Amino acid sequence: MACGTPHDMFSANPLWHNGPIPGGFYNFPGSKTAPLYSGAQRFHTPVTTGTSVLAIKCDGGVVIAADILGSYGSLARFRDLHRVHKINENTVLGVSGDYADFQHLQQIIEQKVISEQCLDDGFALKPRSLLCWLTRHLYYRRSRYDPLWTNFIVGGIQDGQPFLGTVDKLGTAYEDDHIATGYGAYIALPVMRDELAKAKQSGQPISKEDACKVLERCMTVLFFRDARSFPKYEMITLTEEGYEHHGTKTVKANWEIAHMVKGY
Amino acid sequence: MSSVVDPFNKFSYMESGSQRQHFSPYADNGGSVVAIAGEDYAIIAADTRLSSGFSIYTREQSKLFQLSEKTILGCSGCWCDTLTLTRVLDARMQMYYHEHQKLMETPAVAQMLSTMLYYKRFFPYYVSNILAGLDGEGKGCVYSYDPIGHCEKSYFRAGGSAGALLQPLLDNQIGFHNMEKVTVAPVPVEKALAILKDGFISAAERDIYTGDSILIKIITKDGIKDESFQLRKD
Amino acid sequence: MFRNQYDSDVTVWSPQGRLHQVEYAMEAVKLGSATVGLKNKTHAVLIALKRAASELSAHQKKIIPIDTHIGVSIAGLTADARILSRYMKTECLNYKYSHDALLPVSRLIATLGNKMQVCTQRYDRRPYGVGLLVAGYDDQGPHIYQTCPSANFFDCKAMAIGARSQSARTYLEKHLDEFPNSETDELIKHGLRALRDTLPNEVELNTKNVSISLVGKGTLFSVFDEDTLARYLAMIEGEEKRSSQPESGGDAAPLQPPEEDSGPQDPQPATAMETE
Repeated sequence: MACGTPHDMFSANPLWHNGPIPGGFYNFPGSKTAPLYSGAQRFHTPVTTGTSVLAIKCDGGVVIAADILGSYGSLARFRDLHRVHKINENTVLGVSGDYADFQHLQQIIEQKVISEQCLDDGFALKPRSLLCWLTRHLYYRRSRYDPLWTNFIVGGIQDGQPFLGTVDKLGTAYEDDHIATGYGAYIALPVMRDELAKAKQSGQPISKEDACKVLERCMTVLFFRDARSFPKYEMITLTEEGYEHHGTKTVKANWEIAHMVKGY
Repeated sequence: MSSVVDPFNKFSYMESGSQRQHFSPYADNGGSVVAIAGEDYAIIAADTRLSSGFSIYTREQSKLFQLSEKTILGCSGCWCDTLTLTRVLDARMQMYYHEHQKLMETPAVAQMLSTMLYYKRFFPYYVSNILAGLDGEGKGCVYSYDPIGHCEKSYFRAGGSAGALLQPLLDNQIGFHNMEKVTVAPVPVEKALAILKDGFISAAERDIYTGDSILIKIITKDGIKDESFQLRKD
Repeated sequence: MFRNQYDSDVTVWSPQGRLHQVEYAMEAVKLGSATVGLKNKTHAVLIALKRAASELSAHQKKIIPIDTHIGVSIAGLTADARILSRYMKTECLNYKYSHDALLPVSRLIATLGNKMQVCTQRYDRRPYGVGLLVAGYDDQGPHIYQTCPSANFFDCKAMAIGARSQSARTYLEKHLDEFPNSETDELIKHGLRALRDTLPNEVELNTKNVSISLVGKGTLFSVFDEDTLARYLAMIEGEEKRSSQPESGGDAAPLQPPEEDSGPQDPQPATAMETE
């Protein structure tokens, strides 16, 4: 089987898992000389993953939130995994998707930031530049059929204005006033859009405090519905006053009526 | 592992914690573009919805790219390819400007775009392109493409997810196809704008990948005028 | 002409600690026609004197746009300038492609300096025989940079390079305090006066032999067309030309050969290194 015979749903299960197939040719995983199934499956799959990241633009800055869980399939494996990172004084980066892929990119980005600091010329990476660079990098990897299985949200202050943008593993990038990745795009985004529309109607940009409250609500809803989410999350604001980490928060869940639920 | 046997048995000793996921380098992010050219103008419009499947990424994504004072490109399809294509195109425009000390004329841009698309013939940019602008004489022109670089010059064209819905309307109203006893005359800019907006309103009714609003750019010898128009948002 | 035993190669040091080939290359800049660069708080201006190789030829282009926010004017070997400007254009384009932003001027100059330095340290290379005045605008405001064949570069308030440019520098030094607060039009007029001071008595500035370019806040780099040029030339027309002849600095003519009887001796060129 390892030499390329496809297995379909009608044939029997392989005799044993997690090892070479009996009677088959043994190929080391990832070996380039291995005959490839159908000739085109080189990309890896996500292993340790993070779920949604949420972010909105507020008056004079951005608010960004993500829980601190690293899932290993359905296993809640890493329970203190930080997915929102400060890049420099005017840029934050939130990540969902494969955490190893993110760490690979994080190393490159950190080196970029350090090299830039060493130049000491007064210029620092701006959020739009970081988003563009990430877009180019992720597009390059997808074009090599070797994608980085990640989804980024870049927030920050670009020339005095709030900036919020996102890019996925293909290099699909866009900017908006409110962005959510993963299940957040289905569950939290409508809530965020609603709140921002209300703020727009009042003619005033949403305040930092109100934006935080919206995201708190969204994180709660997400925890209730997203099976890969976690009650603990961190929230970060980046405004003209600077970077602020609001600590690790916990979703307030109410289990009072749990004992009444019967019949399972 | 699930009860269905993993067909990619090369991975059968993979950690049970992870699941194989499908990867396609392409995505369909929707969007429609319409361009109409007249004697001394060209208008190009695109909806501003960027979507994937049933989710709307953003409601205000411009799909029109100004390449020069007289040339605008409208793109729809795979957004990551659009971003890359237009980025390379911008660089090529600047290189041309530095080499020749003049801006590239619309027909030259049209030819270059065709070449650039065909260069990726075997891993194409999955983008439906429509280029509108004024040519060297100041006349409006429209060029449309398939993803691998076939280029056709015309005076009106619709493309993208609702291209098939919009094109017949343009054929009839602007090209006067299938009509009897009509005087075929160039369409004035006001009429073209009205037809264009009506077309998009109808397209947004039937195509979920077209909606939110449209961005219109009117190119004349005096410059480029922007206009926007709201569509249904569901 | 100036051969001595220590100038056979760029990599040969003289006992005095000088690199003669590099210093000779510095002289190439002084053969090119003069160009002036100056800035106020928001804009940077480049003004160049163009020469025609003969009666039959057109005037040689002196100002080269690099990107929407940077341009250079050249003095020395035009062919070398073309290579350097192509490199600068590519750097700006690459940065724009990958970062969606304009390359900061100081970074461009630093990478250019690194490229040029290689030629001063390898036996199979020769230094670029061109001096550049780079005008640019970025988040830190307008800039005027000067680069030399020695791969040195300087961040300047105002500068002039090329043939007889000492007179222009004298003018710039004299009016240095006025530049930061002057209007852009005023700045261009200062530049034209500085350039005029480099001219021999019988030559006048006209729309054919002058190039002006401007870059700054809200202004993309542009080289003025003839109509605009004429307008600015008219502004300084009739003003009295600086009376005294330009003093013969080191850049009035190439190096003088050493005295016959003094034996092998280092020539005395202009500064190529900061060690002096």
